[in-house]
Amino acid sequence: MKHIDEYRDGNLARSIAAVIAQEAATDRQYRFMEFCGGHTHAISRYGIEDLLPNNVQMVHGPGCPVCVLPIGRIDDAIRLAMRPEVILCTYADLMRVPASAGRTLLKARAAGADIRMVYSTLDAISIAEAEPGREVVFFAIGFETTTPPTARAIRLARRKNLANFSIFCNHVLTPPAIRAILDTPDLEGAGRVRVDGFVGPAHVSTVIGTVPYTGLAETYRKPVVVAGFEPLDMMQAILMLVRQINQGRHEVENQYIRAVTAQGNLIAQREMAEIFALRSSFEWRGLGELPLSALRLRDDYADLDAERRFLIETVPAADNPACECGEILRGIKKPAQCKLFGTLCSPDTPMGSCMVSPEGACAAHWSYGRFRDSAKAGAERALV
Amino acid sequence: MCLAIPIRVEALLADDMARVTLGGVSKSVSIALIENVRLGDYVLIHVGFALTRLDPDEAERTLALMHEAAVPGLPARA
Amino acid sequence: MRHGRIDLSHGAGGRATAQLIDEIFRPAFDNPYLDQANDQAAFDVPAGRMVMSTDAYVISPLFFPGGDIGSLAVHGTINDIAMSGGRPLHLAASYIIEEGFPLIELQRIANSMGRASRAASVAVITGDTKVVERGKGDGVFISTTGIGIVPPGIALSGDRARPGDRIILSGCIGDHGVAIMSLRNNLGFDTELLSDSAALHGLVAEMVHAAGTSLRLMRDPTRGGLAATLNEIAQQSGLGMVLEERAIPVRGEVAAACELLGLDPLTVANEGKLVAVVAPEEADHLLRVMQAHPLGREAALIGTIIADDQFFVQITTSFGGSRIVDWLAGEQLPRIC
Repeated sequence: MKHIDEYRDGNLARSIAAVIAQEAATDRQYRFMEFCGGHTHAISRYGIEDLLPNNVQMVHGPGCPVCVLPIGRIDDAIRLAMRPEVILCTYADLMRVPASAGRTLLKARAAGADIRMVYSTLDAISIAEAEPGREVVFFAIGFETTTPPTARAIRLARRKNLANFSIFCNHVLTPPAIRAILDTPDLEGAGRVRVDGFVGPAHVSTVIGTVPYTGLAETYRKPVVVAGFEPLDMMQAILMLVRQINQGRHEVENQYIRAVTAQGNLIAQREMAEIFALRSSFEWRGLGELPLSALRLRDDYADLDAERRFLIETVPAADNPACECGEILRGIKKPAQCKLFGTLCSPDTPMGSCMVSPEGACAAHWSYGRFRDSAKAGAERALV
Repeated sequence: MCLAIPIRVEALLADDMARVTLGGVSKSVSIALIENVRLGDYVLIHVGFALTRLDPDEAERTLALMHEAAVPGLPARA
Repeated sequence: MRHGRIDLSHGAGGRATAQLIDEIFRPAFDNPYLDQANDQAAFDVPAGRMVMSTDAYVISPLFFPGGDIGSLAVHGTINDIAMSGGRPLHLAASYIIEEGFPLIELQRIANSMGRASRAASVAVITGDTKVVERGKGDGVFISTTGIGIVPPGIALSGDRARPGDRIILSGCIGDHGVAIMSLRNNLGFDTELLSDSAALHGLVAEMVHAAGTSLRLMRDPTRGGLAATLNEIAQQSGLGMVLEERAIPVRGEVAAACELLGLDPLTVANEGKLVAVVAPEEADHLLRVMQAHPLGREAALIGTIIADDQFFVQITTSFGGSRIVDWLAGEQLPRIC
């Protein structure tokens, strides 16, 4: 597959890894946070950490829209879907996420709710056209990559004069989340996050460009390298970050030049600006209420806004008090350090945001990496 | 997040849509969010939409940089 | 018949049922046992250890590129028997049909089932038909039971693997699952890929003949894909595995479809593949024997059994790192993230 396979070359990976090992100063630690869940998934799936020297570590960030979606919002979606007139359209990622009292969209469908997995918002529009007597609600989630497709659906609904279509909007923004990580107040001894630099998201950046990260890099004096999705992209980005740290720089660099420009996709940005407005505040699972971090439909589109159409009032629901996702999302703790990991909490029975999606730090570690915990434990036992 | 795949444009269709193909598998996707798409272009698709065109020259440059980076002893880029 | 549909009388056991059997099932399966028109089939059994297996087929859609529920049922149950190292002898098939189901489609399915069983030389010697009310069935469900004979000295079982044994895969993974998914409207992709649905007993006979007792076990990775099957074996044998990702054959189209949907080919269903665990000294010979057979052309050595008290299935990625192959709770769903 062109533009894919070339970036998965194992020999080249080992060569780049050798250079990283050579250039990483032995007298310090390098901790880089990959913000995007897709990068978290790639790191685990390809075993990238095996190729890095011990003093270069990856910290997994909160860029997983399924992970940060509050339980209360899934409860809302389930309640909507249980209404006999509603067809709830959703991306498949959400089907198994547990909401309150162990309810899921999958179980709601088994109980008779009309819930349909779709690949694209355009499918939801088609369903609305095909079923004029039903109310079609699209459960919209995602960062800036996924938001323009929702904007297009709203435009189409307007153009086609669809009276039976609406969006349940849960779109969130990337720069405010990065700021929240860097800005973690020192409450309850949570501590500041110890991250030296960021691997910036690949596809969010095709939409928003690299300019939005410059303020963050300057204010917090941390380098940001926007990286492509493939494992060699990540290796190259990590090398670029190591070099910035060594040279005392804190700039925004673009590794993903084949797909990302400084300005981003202006058409997509314009669509988002015309359809959506900023919410003053929004709850992020694991991170709490973040100001100016999420989108709602503009008043011009109130009739296409499911929250106003169905008078949705979200009831916040708390996670298990022993869940350490808040600290894991901020890079302060690792999955294996959470008491619930592997005991009460697993991909089959996720307790918190880091486990509910294959991209969450805990799910990725469970599915791909937990054998290293045993190896470490075994090695430690052997030393005793 | 944001699983997006680079894929080749095989045909332009009505209503801002295009037919794209990867490894023998074809799909129809929306190209409403990008402009000046030509046959043979590679685009990144996510949830049924093309988000950007892949720049083949920059792709070449990236691969060249990777190969250079892999040779120890070459000066680090400033 | 052309325009007719199944109604409740077809399952009532009276004239309509007899007519259904005479006009559709008996011609489709075409064998002397069925011609006797009894409720059961009596037959002589060769000496040896018998093996029996049963399965229900509830697939939707009923017709897919490369097969249908009828051929799938024959191949699936033959394969379950074959995984014991046994030679399949006979099949029994029970049809549960929904009221209103078109007779012409039933005939298509029965004929396909008949063709598959003749090609495999394993006849459907007895069967049953029931009809359920409209809305209480998904068109057609088929349940098949097979019996076979295991050659003396052969005792394959999931718990027989030993550290050092080699793992062989008979061919490309993921074809069936991707072929089925391409028919689901909301995933909307087109491919020329066909299901790999096939009867493996011929290949198995060659393998048993070549490797004898060095063959520890065989299993066919259906639902849940290779990931599920290997984890099952690891659990049963109380051992771990190390696989080589580069060695696992995957067709370009399957790889592409999995990229588009965010799926791992290791978890996608197969219907014409098997995994074999064999003693290391016999591995190369067995591989060559498999590659000489039409259903084993792309057979590959994909890994090794190791001692591991956590029973992990580890894989060395094509990239050079390591990870584990986990098995899923439910079906893997496509993802946007």
